[in-house]
Amino acid sequence: MDFFERFLIPHPSPIIYASMAAIVLTTIAIIVGLTYFKKWGYLWREWLTTVDHKKIGIMYLISALLMLFRGGVDAIMMRAQTSMPENTLLDAQHYNEIFSTHGVVMIFFMAMGFIIALMNFVIPLQIGARDVAYPRLNAVSFWLYFMGAMLFNLSFVIGGSPSSGWTSYFPLAGSELSPSVGTNYYMLALQISGLGTLMTGINFIVTILKMRAPGMTLMKMPMFTWSGLITNIIIVFAFPVLTVALAMGTMDRLFGTNFFTTTDGGMDMLWANLFWVWGHPEVYILILPAFGIYSEVISTFAKRNLYGYNSMVASMVVISLLSFVVWVHHFFTMGQGAMVNSIFSITTMAIAIPTGIKIFNWLLTLWKGKIVFTVPMLYSLAFIPIFTIGGVTGVMLGMSAADYQYHNTMFLVAHFHLVIIPGVVFAMLAGLTYWWPKMFGFMLNERIGKWAFSFISIGTCVAFFPMFISGLDGQARRMYTYSESTGFGIWNMISFIGAIGLAIGFILIVYNIYYSTRYASRDVGDDPWDARSLEWATHNPVPEYNFAITPHVNSSQALWDSKKNGHTLFRDGLKEIHMPNNSGVPFVMSVFFFIFGFSFIFSMWITVIASLIGIFACMLHRSFENDHGHHISVEEIKRTESEVRGAKNE
Amino acid sequence: MKMKWVMLASLFTLLAVLTGCEPLLVLDPEGPQAQTQANVIWISIAIMSVIVIVVFAMLAYILYKYRASKQSDSYEPPYIKGNVIVESLIVGIPVLIVIVLSVISVQSNYKVEATPEGYENDEPLVVYASSSDWKWHFSYPEQDIETVNYLYVPTDRPLEFRLYSYGPITSFWIPQLGGQKYAMSDMITTLHLAADNAGEFMGRNANFSGEGFAENTFSVEAMPQQEFNDWVKEVKQTADPLTEDKFNELLEPGHLGQLTFTGTHLEFNPPPQGHHEGHGAGSEGEHNDESSSEHDAHGEHESDSGHADETEENTEHQH
Repeated sequence: MDFFERFLIPHPSPIIYASMAAIVLTTIAIIVGLTYFKKWGYLWREWLTTVDHKKIGIMYLISALLMLFRGGVDAIMMRAQTSMPENTLLDAQHYNEIFSTHGVVMIFFMAMGFIIALMNFVIPLQIGARDVAYPRLNAVSFWLYFMGAMLFNLSFVIGGSPSSGWTSYFPLAGSELSPSVGTNYYMLALQISGLGTLMTGINFIVTILKMRAPGMTLMKMPMFTWSGLITNIIIVFAFPVLTVALAMGTMDRLFGTNFFTTTDGGMDMLWANLFWVWGHPEVYILILPAFGIYSEVISTFAKRNLYGYNSMVASMVVISLLSFVVWVHHFFTMGQGAMVNSIFSITTMAIAIPTGIKIFNWLLTLWKGKIVFTVPMLYSLAFIPIFTIGGVTGVMLGMSAADYQYHNTMFLVAHFHLVIIPGVVFAMLAGLTYWWPKMFGFMLNERIGKWAFSFISIGTCVAFFPMFISGLDGQARRMYTYSESTGFGIWNMISFIGAIGLAIGFILIVYNIYYSTRYASRDVGDDPWDARSLEWATHNPVPEYNFAITPHVNSSQALWDSKKNGHTLFRDGLKEIHMPNNSGVPFVMSVFFFIFGFSFIFSMWITVIASLIGIFACMLHRSFENDHGHHISVEEIKRTESEVRGAKNE
Repeated sequence: MKMKWVMLASLFTLLAVLTGCEPLLVLDPEGPQAQTQANVIWISIAIMSVIVIVVFAMLAYILYKYRASKQSDSYEPPYIKGNVIVESLIVGIPVLIVIVLSVISVQSNYKVEATPEGYENDEPLVVYASSSDWKWHFSYPEQDIETVNYLYVPTDRPLEFRLYSYGPITSFWIPQLGGQKYAMSDMITTLHLAADNAGEFMGRNANFSGEGFAENTFSVEAMPQQEFNDWVKEVKQTADPLTEDKFNELLEPGHLGQLTFTGTHLEFNPPPQGHHEGHGAGSEGEHNDESSSEHDAHGEHESDSGHADETEENTEHQH
């Protein structure tokens, strides 16, 4: 009896039962559908075993979009619950679970998935490479991320979700104060997907450093690739800290160690420190690729070269260094005294300098341009003012004396949403719309896209500006309810209305994908936006090998130079192309990881050991495997090239 | 274009509300620390507004002037690599702003970590504020009384809160008297406040601490010293003594109303010994001497506590 009881949800509600039913029905529908249409083989050959960076990028994209909706539903429920004083839509426990999973899903599985999706798809194309440096490791990365995400979402229906916040501060998250398995899910799911992210980091550093097309020196890389390089360097330095912290937390919860407990020498704030030593660089892991996307989009649609290329690169390097020395600003109120707070206050505000430089560079890129208001450009232009407000309130939070008043309030919530939404979400939507034709061979509808943009940008402002006010009026964050006398009601109601606006915007994006898939023209050419960098120099859709002939590069906007200044991109003749083989091992190994994580969460040690053996067997298999990839012959390349051309002329 | 106006309008609404008739708690200070913080907030809002307006104006102007629909088809935007003067301006101006803000920030940091301005010569009232799921216990060692979930303090006397927790990390916050500070189970943190005027204020735990977090509040009443003395006298006459059993009962997770006791739990359940007062905080030595004599007085009870292992750290601090 005892064994099965732990899988039950401690606080079931109709929503959870409905989701259980929905999950079971969807799974059945997928299995039946795949069987009926005889797609199992296709799924296995083309997707589950693929090592192609483009397909892996698309799988990241689909997962991230799914997670966006999971996190979005959480958000709507939170705003609905707090829209009125003394509301009883959710009880305290449910509210706590929902804001915890909202944060985890949005940061780890939505934002990270999204940036890695775009890096995967775009960076090898932008540097003229055939794939990433370690294609199979890339597949391992994706499947670990995917299994981590699935494992985390399983907590909703088996055993209960974590409820101590996305930061999961100990001692609250310790086994004494959070006895349910929810926080075990947090520890294991993030550990598994975090390993995947670390591998991505290594993979992309090597890819960018070693696989650039001839002529592309570091200072001739497109800005998105630069941002990817710096992001991945931060990943490699920051993620091991998370790995260690999660391992310590897991041991505290399951093996009775006392790193973070309130007794026996445990240190209350040790987790918080470790978490934010990873957590603050993580903010820049998310935002730097976004800056890269904005640089590409703004320069493309202002029809101008990016202003101040060198200072753009320098400012990213400075941001990456500073990102590691500001973590204490997440707890100025820990009581470390005026001197420590002053040091971290100054380092925090110093980040505003390189960030400000970037904002001015984008403004100067627009200057004397010929600005076209496409959907990606609209997101980039709305990003500048909203992010400026989010950024300057960040500087205000960085003044530690005043932070004693902002800390843990809705003011903080307003700040980081107004940084992350325009900074990351807008960039992802801009990037998605911008690179969509390269991914799928048709454009998203501009009119629906503009409607979605209006709802999302106005919704963001309406949802988060009122929080500045209620925060200064003393509304702490993470309160599931408040009394009418506080006067918070009106501000929270406005926020709820804004959240509905955001929801409508995201539904419109889904509708746009459906609509454009059905009706959009497939005749968009290779370079529909009249862009500047190499990814637009190959065909639509991109052949497996990316470029039939490796391009030669002379500047950071090689394609533009070939269009306007007589630069020749493709000089050599066709040669045989060496490509990596598909492999099912990454998928199988990640399934073992999933079983390992799940059994670990529920302390089922026999399956833990069995799955661990499975994981090592997969690694062993790889070590002794003789796989030199395959070659694509010149005839085959010619055939593929003429087919793509043919398709284009239809 | 319309986005810009929406955003400008929201900004002005925000400013209008901030300056409006019903002041927001944080911007309605009733003590010197909250006053310092409100001043910093106002200064930073002013400087930030200038930055925001400059960026918005530049963006609006550029978008208006250089939009494609306004230009001839043959216009080819120029290739502009960069300009040393422009780039040193966009580096230099933010650097200057950050320097100004840093000076303000550092000065105010030392202010809020010291005995409140204007109260330096008065003996502070020491209150041990400890949290348990989901309550606040206030021990007045000087008066030898203890309250739960409400706090009476005299005006015109500095207040020194020693914060710790019997559970998760919490944050002690009375917005109108000053900003918050964490209460933790393994060390004491010190928060210096003072109330200029009599009145009732909202106090709460601001740091998420589990299921009962939303209702984890307390009320604060500041009153003239004479009234405070009367209240203490009344408590001494009417309230029950706080016993160890009773206190352990109070520590059980849950919510309680307002309670009053004579005696404090400091005698049988002393606070953690690790003291985490910042370096350079005002009059540090004096406070340490005081707490050390107190710990000596209660030294015999230390073995009862689960925090006895902290003594080492304490020794380092005190001697």
